[in-house]
Amino acid sequence: MGFTKNKAGVDTPLRTELAKKGVVWTTLDFLYNWGRRSSIWPMQFGLACCAFEMIAAACARYDIARFGAELFRASPRQADLMIISGTVTKKMAPQVVRLYNQMPEPKYALTMGACAISGGPFIDGYNVLRGIDRYIPVDVHLPGCPPRPEALLHGLMELQKKIASQEIQKTAWYQKGLKREFPIPEFGPNGLIPKFNPEVWQPSKENPRREHYGQTILVGKKLKAPDLELAAAPQPAAPGAAA
Amino acid sequence: MKETFNFKNAGNAETLEINFGPQHPSTHGVFRMVVQLNGEKICGLKPVFGYLHRNHEQIAENLPYAAMMPYTDRLDYVNALANNFGYALAIEKLAGLEVPERAEYIRVMMAELARVVNHITVIGFMLNDLGAFFTPLLYAFRERERILDLFEEITGSRLMCNYLRPGGVKRDLTDAHLAAIRAIVTKFPAFLKEFEALLTKNEILCMRCQNIGILPVDAATNAGITGPVLRASGVNYDIRKVDAYSIYNRFDFKIPLGQKGDAYDRYYVRVLEIRESLKILEQALAKIPQGDIVNKKAFPLLKMPRNFKPPVGEAYARIESPKGELGYYLVSDGTPQPWRYHVRAPSLINLTLLEEMCLGQKIADAIIILGSIDIVLGETDR
Ligand code: SF4
Repeated sequence: MGFTKNKAGVDTPLRTELAKKGVVWTTLDFLYNWGRRSSIWPMQFGLACCAFEMIAAACARYDIARFGAELFRASPRQADLMIISGTVTKKMAPQVVRLYNQMPEPKYALTMGACAISGGPFIDGYNVLRGIDRYIPVDVHLPGCPPRPEALLHGLMELQKKIASQEIQKTAWYQKGLKREFPIPEFGPNGLIPKFNPEVWQPSKENPRREHYGQTILVGKKLKAPDLELAAAPQPAAPGAAA
Repeated sequence: MKETFNFKNAGNAETLEINFGPQHPSTHGVFRMVVQLNGEKICGLKPVFGYLHRNHEQIAENLPYAAMMPYTDRLDYVNALANNFGYALAIEKLAGLEVPERAEYIRVMMAELARVVNHITVIGFMLNDLGAFFTPLLYAFRERERILDLFEEITGSRLMCNYLRPGGVKRDLTDAHLAAIRAIVTKFPAFLKEFEALLTKNEILCMRCQNIGILPVDAATNAGITGPVLRASGVNYDIRKVDAYSIYNRFDFKIPLGQKGDAYDRYYVRVLEIRESLKILEQALAKIPQGDIVNKKAFPLLKMPRNFKPPVGEAYARIESPKGELGYYLVSDGTPQPWRYHVRAPSLINLTLLEEMCLGQKIADAIIILGSIDIVLGETDR
């Protein structure tokens, strides 16, 4: 993947010559992608801790405006990029999918932080979704907990590369009959229904956590509460000491 | 799932129910509230929680005591170090550990720096909510980055510091670190002056914030409100003074109090608290002794956390986090994992009076009131 080359079929000296006379000779792809990649409007949408690094990236020191992406829009209908910055809980997941559906094409999603990718540190939680890519397609994954603002900028540059490599004739959103509505899961009594969207994600055959750790950590169920009163009561003096 | 909100005068044809959040630029994350309006006046408000419920307490019950420390960072992610402080105190109480002198000083300094970071961030966001879109926040974040640089150098991470340990701290401060803290302390008043020149007497800020969201003293004390929100109503209650945990009784600092308890007071109390924090930092820098940074008795806990078994019992430790009273309750049953772990989160409890503060106000003011309470959703929903 790389930036689209200016592949207009004219040799360079002639092109320079023409440029001097005010004639720009380029390909439509190049112009189109240049425009799109230089003004990505992200959605102003923070979920958890990682949102703070996103805000820091927008502020003075890191200044995401250098990449043309400073215009955080509060409405999904004006946004191109959804930065999913933080833990997606099961209660929040339907909202996230709905917001993604509301964004106009072409749209991109970037997961920021371990939580949005896989559940991160909270993967064992009963209410934490193990990765938003179960419901929507994600273009860039940014690992880290939280990723530094520089990492977000790097992710943005990767996304720009992806945008630049798309060709106007093949892009999905100019094809006939495009339908990119992702089914919104429902927050039922036992978690989300359905558990994932089979079109975008399939459960892996292996158990990567088990492979990584060599074992799955099992914790015995605790059933009996400690008797605090007994522990707090003064210890009876040892019989030998009293004598 | 159909949701119902039991508003008092539901069914009244003149009222309108609108929904804020969970995706809304000024709900500080994923907070959601349903507001009942009569014209522009609020006549009912119901918060909806749980969009960031990350099972913090359940995860703690499956982890060794020391392994929970990084998770406490993620409770209130604006000031991670203060959260570490409270949790470390709770374990120390449970296990009966002492903390070396130097570590106490380092902890207090870090907690106060975190308070400064928290307060400037909150002020920035509150002004964002007022409509001063991003400019005050840019000033605040410029200064915040300097302190975060220091955190990164000392603890290894900008936001999630994971620095305090039961019985001490993770790494010692070098002279260069102390000099860096000193530089921040000396330069900060100039920034505050600039910030205040922009804001404190700003007419728009005064008009939008004064007499908005007044919190009466008795309502506040009844509901258990703590922190700057309570002190803005004029109640002198600061756990640093009341409990004098750690070594706070050695420092000379004042508790700024508000008079009316409106949003403006809450803003101004925070500005004054930053100044007091700087005072504490100055004194700590002058007095910090040499010595150990971790109690030797805590080594088994830190080196082999899975074998550390505190005696059966319970412990509650509380600190004055920048948002209010942050308490950790631990029940040990003699195994390496706690039987119960509970966090008394100030953000959640301070939110309980949101409806009272908002009733009769305009809808635009509800946002300011929410901003002035200073909530963080990681802590509210846990
Ligand atoms: S990845 Fe880490 S910092 Fe980001 S939301 Fe999850 S816990 Fe917070």
